[in-house]
Amino acid sequence: MKDEVTRDDRIAGLKGMGTSRKRVEDARFTQGKGNYVDDIKLDGMLFGDFVRSPYAHARVTNIDTSAAMEVPGVLAVLTAADLEPLGLHWMPTLAGDKQMVLADGKVLFQGQEVAFVIAEDRYAAADGIEAVVVDYEELPVITDPFESLKSDVVLREDLDPTADGAHGPRKHPNHIFTWEAGEKEATEQVIDAAEVVAEEMIYYHRTHPCPLETCGCVASMDKVNGKLTLWGTFQAPHAIRTVVSLISGIEEHNIRVISPDIGGGFGNKVGAYAGYVCSVVASIVTGKPVKWIEDRMDNLMTTAFARDYWMKGKIAATKEGKITGLWCHTTADHGGFDACADPTKFPAGFMNICTGSYDIPTAYLAVDGVYTNKAPGGVAYRCSFRVTEAAYFIERMIEVLAIELNMDAAELRRINFIKADQFPYQSALGWEYDSGDYHTAWDKALNAVGYDNLRREQAQMVEDFKSGKSRKLLGIGLCHFTEIVGAGPVKNCDILGLGMFDSCEIRIHPTGSAIARLGTISQGQGHATTFAQILASEIGLPADSITIEEGDTDTAPYGLGTYGSRSTPVAGAATAMAGRKIRAKAQMIAAYLLEVHDDDVEFDVDRFVVKGAPERFKTMKEIAFAAYNQAIPGIEPGLEAVSYYDPPNMTYPFGAYICVMEIDVDTGEHSIRQFYALDDCGTRINPMIIEGQVHGGLTEALAIAMGQEIAYDDMGNVKTGTLMDFFLPTAWETPHYTTDHTTTPSPHHPIGAKGVGESPNVGGVPAFSNAVHDAFRAFGLRQAHMPHDHWRVWKIANQLGLHG
Amino acid sequence: MIPAAFDYYRPKDLPGVVALLQEHGDDARVMAGGHSLIPMMKLRMADVPHLIDMQDVDGMNGIYVGDTGVRIGAMTTQAELIDSAELADAAPILREAALQIADPQVRYMGTVGGNVANGDPGNDMPGLMQCFDATFTLFGPDGERTVPAREFYEAAYMTAREDDEVLTAVSFPTPAGGYAYEKQKRKIGDYATAAAAVQIVKDGGSCASASIAMTNLSDTPVFSEAAGAALVGTSVDGDAIRAAVAAMLNDIDPVDDNRGPVAFKNHVAGVILTRAIERAWSRA
Repeated sequence: MKDEVTRDDRIAGLKGMGTSRKRVEDARFTQGKGNYVDDIKLDGMLFGDFVRSPYAHARVTNIDTSAAMEVPGVLAVLTAADLEPLGLHWMPTLAGDKQMVLADGKVLFQGQEVAFVIAEDRYAAADGIEAVVVDYEELPVITDPFESLKSDVVLREDLDPTADGAHGPRKHPNHIFTWEAGEKEATEQVIDAAEVVAEEMIYYHRTHPCPLETCGCVASMDKVNGKLTLWGTFQAPHAIRTVVSLISGIEEHNIRVISPDIGGGFGNKVGAYAGYVCSVVASIVTGKPVKWIEDRMDNLMTTAFARDYWMKGKIAATKEGKITGLWCHTTADHGGFDACADPTKFPAGFMNICTGSYDIPTAYLAVDGVYTNKAPGGVAYRCSFRVTEAAYFIERMIEVLAIELNMDAAELRRINFIKADQFPYQSALGWEYDSGDYHTAWDKALNAVGYDNLRREQAQMVEDFKSGKSRKLLGIGLCHFTEIVGAGPVKNCDILGLGMFDSCEIRIHPTGSAIARLGTISQGQGHATTFAQILASEIGLPADSITIEEGDTDTAPYGLGTYGSRSTPVAGAATAMAGRKIRAKAQMIAAYLLEVHDDDVEFDVDRFVVKGAPERFKTMKEIAFAAYNQAIPGIEPGLEAVSYYDPPNMTYPFGAYICVMEIDVDTGEHSIRQFYALDDCGTRINPMIIEGQVHGGLTEALAIAMGQEIAYDDMGNVKTGTLMDFFLPTAWETPHYTTDHTTTPSPHHPIGAKGVGESPNVGGVPAFSNAVHDAFRAFGLRQAHMPHDHWRVWKIANQLGLHG
Repeated sequence: MIPAAFDYYRPKDLPGVVALLQEHGDDARVMAGGHSLIPMMKLRMADVPHLIDMQDVDGMNGIYVGDTGVRIGAMTTQAELIDSAELADAAPILREAALQIADPQVRYMGTVGGNVANGDPGNDMPGLMQCFDATFTLFGPDGERTVPAREFYEAAYMTAREDDEVLTAVSFPTPAGGYAYEKQKRKIGDYATAAAAVQIVKDGGSCASASIAMTNLSDTPVFSEAAGAALVGTSVDGDAIRAAVAAMLNDIDPVDDNRGPVAFKNHVAGVILTRAIERAWSRA
């Protein structure tokens, strides 16, 4: 007799949504069998590398390549003069600016690309670089954006100083744009009339995504058939194909862009870099494949940085702590070129989410972008566009306001949260928050850590410190963040004119397995695992029978790629919608096979059953076969679907994080005793992957808050160009994390999912930083800029007179 | 991160090494674990046309613990130091310090000889050797000679070793009394922001002798004779420790860098030394 297979067994067999399915990618990654760009080796492949500027600001008066050409193995050296006839010595940036591919008369940041040496191998290229003689004439260096806006030194001499930029009028030759949101006058009136106003300058320092794999590419131009194949570390392969076509003139159908396995992106691999352009040109010139791979110093010094926002804030409230208004002026240091990766209409990204989780009736935000002699970039490092900056700003301002009001910061948050019944909520700075339940999350978090007891313990430690019994203080770092992810609705989000939809194409094979291709590209997020789970639940075939493929523009449908936690909100929705198209056709096939009307069958886990007669059914596997072997009147053979999904709104994941940190007042060292992270990312597809994402994002947040930075000296030299000085945490520095969740599904997303990869970075940085601040609150600290490395924490204590 | 071209040698014995050093002079460098030299070569900050790999040279390995002293071959790795039960018994501070050097992967490659001979003020072993009053054995064209660790370091990367000499071993009298190696660093794998090596001998309730050396707080390791002297004869109470710290601060000369400004380093040096003395005294 056959064992009874229950409905629960059938659900479990699918490994669909809600299952902690093991990552299918890990078999190859944990065995060292991944296939990364630098693993690609082609016959006759050459290697290109850059001569880079040692100066942050200088004229390039001469480039002598003759000695380099004598180096054995060196085949050619490209300079701007060689690229100019092709119109490729400059390239457009994602922010509407243009950027030198190779130094065109001057350099604007240390490490800027000056010449491209093409050699038989990377050793010869390195020797060739040494032999290129560049004459520089040093110019005054500006590393401070405020100074830049006052300076007579014009950084971008290529621009007409009086002409508008890509985002409107410019106030100074070194000014890039002003971007505003909200009501200026109304906000200023609220602040003028307020009972309490807290004012503070919050600096979110420059840092870098620092993926383990640096940026690189292999360009191979087949001169016989005119086809260019470009493998690269691209977070948006389709957009790269379009950009390459637009700037090279090669027709798009003749370009194939492939993102193979990618070793982390975190925003660093969104942009277009000089290395890509030079590799393509070099392949065209030599007729051979050309590889370019950054080393770690190149990566940290030159490809896209993150943050570097000076955020001046004013927050107004009643004496009871009800917030009445928020004002923010941000000075954004964009470096030598404006190469931020933001949707076109949002030159400061979604910084206007800076009202955070709070019901703030009136607000105003202005952002001024500024050129300096630093590397270009400004990408969203494990966050949606400028959302970590926004979250850090509001979560610091709340703390400062709590100090001003002499109130508990947890209570101040509670009385200002947007209430669950206010969703969808229209924010003062222009967003419609789709859903949320902040009070529930907050209370759960406070209870979980025993908040009141922690405050008592903290007070005791302050007493012990004052009486000389102890030299340690306790900080309780609070954060309630609201993310805005899933860019985005095509009506207001595009990059280079490309609407930010995404896509999924599904082919069901006759035997009931499937392949789905998406316009996104995993860089460690586990797409091959999770997208198969979405499909398994939608179409009733086991996740293990579904292959997910991304990253090859010749096979995958067009999409805008993976960054800004957009893959699940956008491509995940496309996957569900394409799955539903499959299911709709399957329903018709099932009805035909069961000889009933379409409306008389219904979907049940992995089959269609006749309503009221559950013993009469056709499994999806049977239906798949029928799609290929039955002539069904009125239905085309095959079972395939494609969906291009344009989301109606962003999604708004949120979370409540609490960091409990002990600080050694004498050495500036810290020890994290507890970190509690509650995330609400809507519907949870794979809880284990979510937990992994949260751990990863929190660890990057720890890095940023506690030590990681791209620091410059006054001459514009990068002081943190290696992993000795640039903090990349290991297991040693990483605390234990406790994860938790609530579930508030997105009302507009097909499966209610909101995205999670970046939440922990958005919420983590304020939690770590607030813990440091909170430890010193009893001694009068209001604001101390990150990173909170040992000496800066020591400096806080020292300036507060705590060293006797 | 690609080094310039170099010739690679792998001699079997010390005379072979010295012959290569004599032939190539300044252009040759010996390499033990390579964890200081190779990164410098990759950054093209060290120009080494002739690289002499020591790993096949006989007689450079091993830990010998005798009745009165310890001798460690230059090619002995940090991992071997950590794993030696005999050494942990004879000079436990060595294990405590070695465990704070870099990370396990580096410690499997990094050697005692490389650590002391390179003259990098960030290395931990030189200060520790000064604390021990160790002696370094150098082998050159005229055979062996010895140099006290306290006289070996002249400036950053400048030592008493001649270009045609190889450091073959470190030797030190078995340390007595309580010990502590205290190190503050920004993260795993980092050099010290400040580190202190302390050995204290207790006689009755007072300090009979004390040896104190500091790391990464000058362009050489700093043996602070005055700091040790400040403890001798005292009960190592707060006043004595403060006097030792004051004496130590007089001897160090830290510089501003990414680890922090001078005032911070002086402060941390004092805190670290205080903790090291307290811990060593508690073990004495």
